[in-house]
This record gives sequence, C-alpha cells and structure tokens, in this order.
Amino acid sequence: MAHAHESNTKRIWIVFGILSVITLVEVYLGIIKPEALHLHGPGTSWLNWIFIILTLAKAYGIAWVFMHLEGEKKWFRRSIVWTAVFLIIYLVTLLLIEGEYLYDTLSPLVRW
Amino acid sequence: MEANIAIPSNSKDTWSGGSAKPFGASYGKMMMWFFIVSDALTFSGFLAAYGLTRFKFIDSWPIADEVFTHVPFVHGEFPMIYVAIMTFILIFSSVTMVLAVDAGHQMKKNKVAWYMFATIIGGIIFVGSQAWEWSTFIKGSYGAVKTTDGKVLQFVKDGKQIALADFVTGERTDERVQHTRKNGLWFEAEETISNYSVNQVINAYNANPAIQVRTELINLDTKKKTILSREDGAKELAKTKMVVEGANLKVNEYGNTIFADFFFFITGFHGFHVFSGIIINIIIFFNVILGTYERRGHYEMVEKVGLYWHFVDLVWVFVFTFFYLV
Repeated sequence: MAHAHESNTKRIWIVFGILSVITLVEVYLGIIKPEALHLHGPGTSWLNWIFIILTLAKAYGIAWVFMHLEGEKKWFRRSIVWTAVFLIIYLVTLLLIEGEYLYDTLSPLVRW
Repeated sequence: MEANIAIPSNSKDTWSGGSAKPFGASYGKMMMWFFIVSDALTFSGFLAAYGLTRFKFIDSWPIADEVFTHVPFVHGEFPMIYVAIMTFILIFSSVTMVLAVDAGHQMKKNKVAWYMFATIIGGIIFVGSQAWEWSTFIKGSYGAVKTTDGKVLQFVKDGKQIALADFVTGERTDERVQHTRKNGLWFEAEETISNYSVNQVINAYNANPAIQVRTELINLDTKKKTILSREDGAKELAKTKMVVEGANLKVNEYGNTIFADFFFFITGFHGFHVFSGIIINIIIFFNVILGTYERRGHYEMVEKVGLYWHFVDLVWVFVFTFFYLV
C-alpha cells in the first residue's frame, strides 16, 4: 500500500481523456460507417473488429487504473483476470459457433 | 470465530478476516473482487446468449442505428448520440468515484464526501436516461405490421422509413373501439388496441403508390434492409395479422421480438446494478459525512464500493459496444 498514499489525480484525468477520445471515435465511426470498413473484413466487418478492440482497450483502462489492478500483487491480479478472460473466451467461442450452426440449419427453412 | 480464520487474533480487525492478508489484499477487497469476477461471468453469459441469438438471426437482426435514434427534447433522428451521452455520464461518474478513493487515501473527508456526492448524481442521471430510453423504445417511433408467419413489415417512402400516422388515413373499417372497464362486460378491460386496424393500413398502402414495404431481411452486400416492390409488398401485406406499435416482450416493431427481450433483460439487469450501486454509494456517503472512516483510520470502504461502481461502468462499456455499435 506504500504507493497508494500519493495522489495520482493527474493520471486519472489523463485516463479519462483517453477513454473519452476512444468513445468519441467509436461513436463517430458508428454514425458514419465508412463503407470500406463496414462491408468487408475477416469473419465480421473491419468496423466490428475496431469496435471490439477499442472496447477492450477501454476495459483495460478502467480495470487497471480506475479499479487499481496495476497496484495489486501480481498473482491476485492474475487470479481475477485470467479466470474471467479464460472462461469468457471459452463461453463466447462455443456459443457463437452454435449460433452460426443454428443459422445454417434454420435459415433455409425461412421464406423471405 | 477463531476456528474460521487463518491466524487467530484478539485484535480489533478480527471481524474483517483477521490479520492474515493473502495477496496483500484485505479480506473485504478480495471478496469484492471475486464477487465482481462472478458477476462479470453472469453478464458474459447474457451477452454471449445475445450473440448466439444474433448469429442465429444474422440476416434479419434489427439495425441498432435505426432503433435508437431519439434525443430528449430534440426532434429528428440522431442515431447513437444519446447513448454516447449516457456513456460519458457513466465514465465521468467513474472518474469522480476514483477521485473520491484518491482523496480517501489522503484522509480528506470533505473531498471524499463531495466526490461521492457527484458520483451519486451521475448515477441517478444515468438511470434516469435509461428509463427514458426504455419508454421511448416501448412507445416506438414508426409502427409496423406483423404477418402470420411472424415477419415484421415496415413502411418506407423514398427509401426512408415513414410512420403509420404519416400515411394511414380513412376509417378503421373493423369498428373496433378500446374496450374499457367502464363500458366492458363484467368490468373487464382489454389490452390496448392499436391505433389503426389491419385493413386500414392495407387500404392506405394500396391508395398511396409512394409507399413501399421494407422487410427485415438484410442485404449482406449493403447491410441494409430489403425494400420490396409495390407488388411483392402487397403480397406480403396480405398476410398481415396485426398492427405493431412500439416494443415489448411479445412484439417489437423494429424486428425480431427477441431483440427487444434481450434489450430489456440486459440493459435492465445493468440498470439494476447501477441502481443498487447508487444505494450503496448513498450509504457510504452518509458514513463519510458521519466520520465513520475518519475514526476507523482509513477509507477502504470507499475503495470497495468504488470497485463495484467501476465494474458497473465496465459492463456498460461492453453493453454499449454489443447493443449499439457492433
């Protein structure tokens, strides 16, 4: 806790600035949706990849600085981050594969 | 009690888990973190289920830009703007929270109290905004019809969506009036009936050659919903079962009903977290004012509710991305 008693107000405002800029970029891209990014890309569109990466960057900023994970002991941090990240990746991968399977199976039955 | 803690002690800190501090974190802080991990997994479950359903209906999922276009007190369509403002409010309340924690480390009671107060206000504004967003979504903006095979048909004029109120005229033709308790049989009321009858909408469509029907099907080359020709539109409209105005758990004028279900469920669950966060913040705020933590010698409680509050912000970052952006 030795580090905790000095004020790091300046750093907080810098991180707030970064998070705001990221949000502004996301909203801007979400409104104009440039065709080159919106209509092409691996798996999903490039635009979606940009959104996901920017979101993870924001999550990192919030968890590391605001929630002060950077100041915790290494293995405490890992017990939190690794657990969540591993289980979430596992769950999301399986469910999205299943979702795609459902689409492939059911969509031929829908007449538009 | 002694049997349950790692190092028996008779000192004051027994209630908080004794003097043993694995990972150098206090008992309370560690448990808050592990609660947050489990809660994060709950939210992941919801969002992953949303992802599965969206992939299942990938060619007909509602386009978020066309659903959330309203800003309070302003007319017109501004996709994304209001949710972006809500996001800023929540991020900013996270900043005031972390400033409160920071002031707590320096034992500045007044500063902690003011920053906590700002955080509470931010939270209240956020929940209020969400309530407004819900009510706008429930009321709906354009109105649509639903066919017997469960498809939602919307109406467009010159490629832009048009509200039922803007082109449907004439008589209802089915003579329906809202059946209320006052004039009803056995004092029974019925559910709200739609403003227009099915026949009325179809007649208005036939009478106005400028109107076209838009289906839910997304053209994957342009990522836009398909607009039908006048003839195909008439064919689809012939299958109309009901007029849909707004969205709820049973029908949704914007498209798939399950989109509305997930919207209510996930943003509702998040809103409930914000609400409980506000309550907890208020309790801690009063403790700060009363000097509880001054006497205890540290402001760790502020840090712990801070963790919860930041977590709520963290979840919103993901909800924002997967509901409104992607």
